Amino acid sequence: MTLKFPRLLGAALLATTMIAGSALAQEKVLRIGMTAADIPRTHGQPDQGFEGNRFTGIPMYDALTHWDLSSADRASVVIPGLATEWTVDAADKTKWTFKLRPGVKFHDGSPFNADAVVWNVDKVLKRDAAHFDASQVGVTVSRMPTLRTARKIDDLTVELTTSEPDSFLPINLTNLFMASPTHWATKLAAVPASVTEAAARSTQAWAAFAADPAGTGPFRGVRLQPRERFEMVANKAYWDPKRVPKIDRVVLLPLADANARTAALLSGQVDWIESPAPDALPRIKSGPFTVYANPQPHVWPWQFSFIEGSPWNDKRTRQAANLCVNRTELQTLLGGLMGIPKGSVSPDHPWWGNPTFDIKYDPAAAKAMMTAAGYSASKPMKVKVLTSASGSGQMQPIPMNEFLQQALKECFFDVELDVIEWNAVFTNWREGAKDPKARGANAINVTFATMDPFFAMVRFVSTKTFPPVSNNWGFFGNDEFDGLIAKARSTFDGAERDAALAALHKRIVEEAPFLWVAHDVGPRAMTNKVKGVVQPKSWFIDIAPMTLD
Amino acid sequence: MLTYIAKRLLHTLPVAFGVSIVCFLLVHDRPLPVQYGLWVLTTLQGDLGVSIATGRPVASELWRALGNTLMLAVLATFIGFVLGCLFGFVAGYFRGSWLDKLASFVSIIGVSVPHYWLGMVLVIIFSVQLNWLPATGAGPGGSADWAWDWVHVRHLILPAVTMSVIPMGIVARTVRALVADILSQEFIVGQRAKGLLDLGVFRHVVKNAAPTALAVMGLQLGYLLGGSILIETVFSWPGTGFLLGQAIFQRDLPLLQGTILVLAMFFVALNLIVDVVQTMLDPRVQRS
Repeated sequence: MTLKFPRLLGAALLATTMIAGSALAQEKVLRIGMTAADIPRTHGQPDQGFEGNRFTGIPMYDALTHWDLSSADRASVVIPGLATEWTVDAADKTKWTFKLRPGVKFHDGSPFNADAVVWNVDKVLKRDAAHFDASQVGVTVSRMPTLRTARKIDDLTVELTTSEPDSFLPINLTNLFMASPTHWATKLAAVPASVTEAAARSTQAWAAFAADPAGTGPFRGVRLQPRERFEMVANKAYWDPKRVPKIDRVVLLPLADANARTAALLSGQVDWIESPAPDALPRIKSGPFTVYANPQPHVWPWQFSFIEGSPWNDKRTRQAANLCVNRTELQTLLGGLMGIPKGSVSPDHPWWGNPTFDIKYDPAAAKAMMTAAGYSASKPMKVKVLTSASGSGQMQPIPMNEFLQQALKECFFDVELDVIEWNAVFTNWREGAKDPKARGANAINVTFATMDPFFAMVRFVSTKTFPPVSNNWGFFGNDEFDGLIAKARSTFDGAERDAALAALHKRIVEEAPFLWVAHDVGPRAMTNKVKGVVQPKSWFIDIAPMTLD
Repeated sequence: MLTYIAKRLLHTLPVAFGVSIVCFLLVHDRPLPVQYGLWVLTTLQGDLGVSIATGRPVASELWRALGNTLMLAVLATFIGFVLGCLFGFVAGYFRGSWLDKLASFVSIIGVSVPHYWLGMVLVIIFSVQLNWLPATGAGPGGSADWAWDWVHVRHLILPAVTMSVIPMGIVARTVRALVADILSQEFIVGQRAKGLLDLGVFRHVVKNAAPTALAVMGLQLGYLLGGSILIETVFSWPGTGFLLGQAIFQRDLPLLQGTILVLAMFFVALNLIVDVVQTMLDPRVQRS
C-alpha cells in the first residue's frame, strides 16, 4: 500500500503534464518583437506611428477602406474594407456616400452599421459627444484633416463630408478604425458612480476599452500588460474567409533595442522581429530564419524648419545637405537593406515629375553652395536634429544619424543630435518647430509613408497643414504649393490627378524642404516556422493568412 | 535602542523632506507653498498623477515595476554579498598568497567591467550560443504571471548575475581590507597565543567585520533597488530602471517625478534600517 500512492501520484502528474503539454502544443502562438518601446494604444487609433497601425490597428480593427496586402509584387492599393463601394456627389464634391458591408459583427457580438460609423467619426471630431476622446484626435485627424461630418442615411449607407473637395478621402480613411460603440457603452456603465464628471467617465471607459478592446478585425485583443506585452486571439468569425486567422494567438513584445530584439530571435524567445540589427544579418541568415524585405513607400528624411531664424531658410543650404551624403556608403553600412532616394517617390512613379534638382552625392558642389551661403569649416552652420533611438520606420536611427553627422561635417554643417523617445518625437512632429518641446531643433527626423498623396506630399507643404493640424512641422508652404495641392485634391480622374501630383512632387524636390536619406525595405526576420508570409510593398503586413508550424 | 531608533528616524525626516522638494520642483504651476501642500496631500494618498505618455496612473505602473526590481535587486544583492564576502575573506585571510591575488583580481574585474557590456556578453553566450537561458523579459507570460518556478526564475538569472558584479567587487574589496586589518590586531594575536583554533579566530573576524560589510551591502542594495537603466534595458526587465529610462526619453515628468520620489524614499528607509541593524550588531555605533 505504501508503494502504490507514490506510483499513483506519479501517474497522475505524468498524465497532467501530458494533457497540459498537449493543450499547449495545440495552440499556435506567434511572438513578435516590435521596435516600439511600449505597446501601441489598443483602443482603435494606435500611436507609435505606422508600427502601431501594423500591430494593434489592422489585426484588431477594420476601416471603411483597406490596403491590399495580399501581394509582394504588385503595388499596395486601396480596396474595399467595411465599405463595399463609395462615390463622390457629382454636384457637390465635398459629399461622399459609402455603402457598408452587411452582416459584419464586432468582437462583442454587436452589429457593425451606419450608426457605428457615425459614432467612430464623432469620437475624434465631435467635441460634445460623450465618447469624444482627445487622446485619439492627434493621430487620427492629422491623417484626414478635411473630414468634417458623418451622417447616417440608412443602416448600411453613410454620408461623409469634407471641408473642401478632396479626392484623397478614401485613402485617408484607411486610418479610421471602427471600434464597437456597444462595447464602449458597457465600459462606461461599469465606471464607478463616484466618478461624476462626464469627461473623466469617458476617459476611464476608454482606458477599460483599451484593456479589453472590441473591433471587427481578424484578431481580438485579450490581454494588455502595459510596457510588456499584448495578446490577441483569433476571431474565427471574421467576415472575410480569406483572412480568418490560422494562428491562434499573437503576442506583441516591445523590444526597442535592435540587439535585444536580435538576441530574442536567436535564442528562440520570439518568432519574428522587426528591423534586426544590420551586423547580425549574416548570423540570422545562417540559422533557421528568413529575412524578409521589400521596397516600401517610405522616406527616411530630415525635415527642415522654416521658422524665423532657421538656417534652412536659405535654399542653398538645403540643396547642399542633399548633395553631401554618400548614400551608397550608408547602404553598405545597413547591410544593403535600404533604397537610395531621388525624391519622395522614385523616378518610375507616376508622381515623379522630372525635377530639375538631382539628388546625388556631389560634395564639391555642396561645399560651393555652402561657401556661397556664407559658411566655412571655421564657421559651420549649426544644425540641431530631433530624433529617436528606435521607432516605426526609423530603421537604425542612431547609426544613420551619426553617419549623417560625420558626412555633413565635410560640407560645413555642425550637427547636434537630440535623441528622445520615439513617441515623444512623433508627438512633436504634430506640434511643430515653434513648440517648446521641439527644444530649439531646426530639423526633425521622422520617417513617413508615401503610399498616398496626402501622406507623401500634401501634409508637408500646405499652409493648411501647419501644426497642430498636421505634420508640416517646419511651416513650409506658400501660394504656389497651395495652388498645386488644390488642383490635385479637386481632380477626381486618376491620370489627371497623377499629373497634378507629379507637378507638385517636382516642385517639392526642387525646393528641398527635406534631406532625403533613404527608402526603407522593411527588413524583418522570422523563424522558418512562420509560413505564408507575404511582405507587400507597404508599411503594413497581414498576419491573418500566416501559419505556424 | 528605542531612543536611538527614534533619534535616527528624526534624522531621516529632513532628508525625506529635501527629496520631496527636489521631486516636487520638477513639476509645478501654482505658488510654490500651495502647490507643494496639494502635492504632498495627494502623494500621501497614493496618487502620483497620470503618465503623460500612456494616460495610465503612475502609481500602478510604479508598483508593478518596483516589485520586479525588488526581486532582481534582492537576488543580485544576495549573489554579490555571498561571493563578495567569500572572495574578500579568502583574500584577507591569505593576504599576499596567490589566493589573495586571484580573489583581488576577480573583485577588481567586478568593480571595473561595464555591466551592460557584461550583460550583452552573457546574452550572447548563454542565450544565443548555448540557448540555456532566455535573453529578455520577465517570464513567458510577462511579469504579471510571475511564479517562483524554473520557467520564470531562469529569466531572472542573467540580469541578476550581471547586476551582482559591482556589489560583489565592492564587498570583496571592503571585506578584504577589514579582514586584513582585524587579523593584524592585538586581540587576535592574543587569542591565538591562548591557543584558539582557526575556527574560533574566524568567528571573531566575522563578528568584527560584519557591521561594516553589512553597511556597505545595505547601500549597494539601495543602489540596486533604484534599478539599472542599462541592465534592465539590455534584458527588457520591466523594473524601475527600465521605467525611469522610458520616462526620461518620453519626457514623461509625472512618471519621472513619482519614480524618483519613491526610489529616494526607499533609499532613505534603507539607510535607516542599515543604521539600526548595524547598531544592533555593534553597540559602539550607538555610543558614538
